[in-house]
Amino acid sequence: MRKIWYLSVAALSLLVLVNLGQAQSLSLNGAGASFPYPVYSQWAHKYHELTGVKINYQSIGSGGGIAQIKAKTVDFGGTDEPLKPEDLAKSGLVQFPTVMGGVVPVLNVPGLESGKLKLDGSTLAAIFMGKINKWDDAAIKKLNPDLKLPSQAITVAHRTDGSGTTFIFTSYLAAVSPEFKEKVGAGKAVKWPAANSIGGKGNEGVAGQVKAVSGAIGYVEYAYAFQNKIPFAVLKNQAGKYVKPSIDTFQAAAANADWTKAPKGFSLMLNNQPGEQSWPIVGATYIMAYKDYPDANKGKAILKFFAWAYKHGADMAKNLHYVPLPDNVIKLVEAEWAKEVKSGGKPLWP
Amino acid sequence: MLKPAQTRGPEDLPAASLTAVKGRKVRTAVRGDQTFRWLTFFCSLLVPLVMLAIGLELLLSSWPAVKQFGWGFFFSQEWNPVLQEFGAASSIFGTLVSTLIAMFIAVPLSLAIALFLVELAPPRVSRTVGTLIELLAAVPSIIYGMWGLFVFAPFMARYVQPVLGETLGFLPLFQGPPLGIGMLTAGIILAFMVLPFISAITRDVFQLVPPVVKESAFGMGATTWEVTYKVTIPYGLVGIIGAVFLGLGRALGETMAVTFVIGNAHRISASLFAPGNTIASTLANEFSEATEPLYVSSLVALGLVLYLITYLVQVVSQMMLRRMYRAWSVGL
Repeated sequence: MRKIWYLSVAALSLLVLVNLGQAQSLSLNGAGASFPYPVYSQWAHKYHELTGVKINYQSIGSGGGIAQIKAKTVDFGGTDEPLKPEDLAKSGLVQFPTVMGGVVPVLNVPGLESGKLKLDGSTLAAIFMGKINKWDDAAIKKLNPDLKLPSQAITVAHRTDGSGTTFIFTSYLAAVSPEFKEKVGAGKAVKWPAANSIGGKGNEGVAGQVKAVSGAIGYVEYAYAFQNKIPFAVLKNQAGKYVKPSIDTFQAAAANADWTKAPKGFSLMLNNQPGEQSWPIVGATYIMAYKDYPDANKGKAILKFFAWAYKHGADMAKNLHYVPLPDNVIKLVEAEWAKEVKSGGKPLWP
Repeated sequence: MLKPAQTRGPEDLPAASLTAVKGRKVRTAVRGDQTFRWLTFFCSLLVPLVMLAIGLELLLSSWPAVKQFGWGFFFSQEWNPVLQEFGAASSIFGTLVSTLIAMFIAVPLSLAIALFLVELAPPRVSRTVGTLIELLAAVPSIIYGMWGLFVFAPFMARYVQPVLGETLGFLPLFQGPPLGIGMLTAGIILAFMVLPFISAITRDVFQLVPPVVKESAFGMGATTWEVTYKVTIPYGLVGIIGAVFLGLGRALGETMAVTFVIGNAHRISASLFAPGNTIASTLANEFSEATEPLYVSSLVALGLVLYLITYLVQVVSQMMLRRMYRAWSVGL
């Protein structure tokens, strides 16, 4: 009996010692959107190698991220659908974009190669509303006079889980089609009105369904379309030019957006930006942080990490098919930090 | 009912053991018995407590949705996260229909398999096939889902659904474009998934039929079919029903495989080719990104419905089993 007692005391003290040792290296916890998870985890890994600061990001979804940061169980949260300025003020949060991504219409039509089908916003909206339900519809033919289109039913593939991808895509359709705005609206999850529609979970789910169903059209993050080599359509942008989805056209859209006019929290829609090179469906993903950190070290470390990621993480982001923020936006974000993020009334940045 | 019975005191022990052991030993033995009794009692109490806690939590968290939509929640097909209008009808419908298709296919098939394995197959074949069926039960459901989406759904779209549409297309059940993904495919995949459970248990049940009973039927000049139909199946009926309900329970709650192939549309369609959804697939799809309180609450309410359906199935199966046991087992 006594032996067990001694042993457990020894084990306990060992545990305490180990914990004390670990407390030396800082560890930050975040949770939220799954879309930026690959790039966040790569940044965190690299940053840990360089500085020893450990950053844990759990990809539990934007909904979970918002709930967790409001419940104050994490040090920062991630979301794809930006919180509204009044919601940020109410919860004592600041919000800033980290990376951007493009959304791409992908299709599976027999005989149609990637990048050949041309669509404009209103036609795309009509297809996703089920108003255009055959591939040889007059509206599609008009945009593609030299393509041979089959007389096949269109199946619309969409996300069934709430997602930032859907939010960006529906925001675009709502912006270019008043009817879509009125009947469907924009959101992370919407009611898809097309009679012939199927849903998949996650980008991989939609990509899989587009591949499996002949005559299907869907929308996915660019990285999924690129990696899975699914045929995509080219889109007409605001300048009236047809553009292909690529990191360059996404970056053009972000650069042409007027970020100085963004509302608090940088919730700027990057869809349908001017410029001949701009891809029309682009959105950012966001980090939410507290305005007031009880632990100044933690608050400072979070800002330092993202500042490092802005400065040195652009190439890593590009390799994973994300679009890094333009420099002018980074300056705006850092100015916002200097103004808003504090600990006990003292600013944490720079 | 859960109250433990009174522990036996030392006076209940047989006289021989009392003289053999000294008083102190007896007492510790009794105390050990008592401790063990209470320990097991609390362990078994854990299950009803957890059940109760889950039920209560579901009820509490779904209350906002129930209050907002009332009974209409169960009958409305509307599912619009933008306007915050939710109804469970399409999910409940899809859950019941996909399960029905699965049982419709799996039950006769499993009975045939079990009969073949027990009555007709040579022992070596029976052993091999039996092991394979048990292996089928061990395949994770996500594998069924991926196989269903990438292999089985295109196969259905190319070969099965066009034929069904041409021959039985006059029925509304088999109309519409052959997508491959949809209610029918989900039902068939579900059938594959519950089949090993039903056939493995049914096989064991058939094996339990005493050879004497079967041999006497054969001795009276009955054919194999007659022995099967009049002796083996009635003898094992209680077990078969039990197996069917076990499969039913699994089919009702199956999530991943169904999510992959059902098409996930919040719609009630007459056609089995059309995409639909189930309660489990809706939860799997939408829970992680649901932000608005009413949305979350509606999803929890869906969970409550599934909880009640599975509970109801269990109660009905218990009642049926008891009644059948009385009716059939007498004399055998």
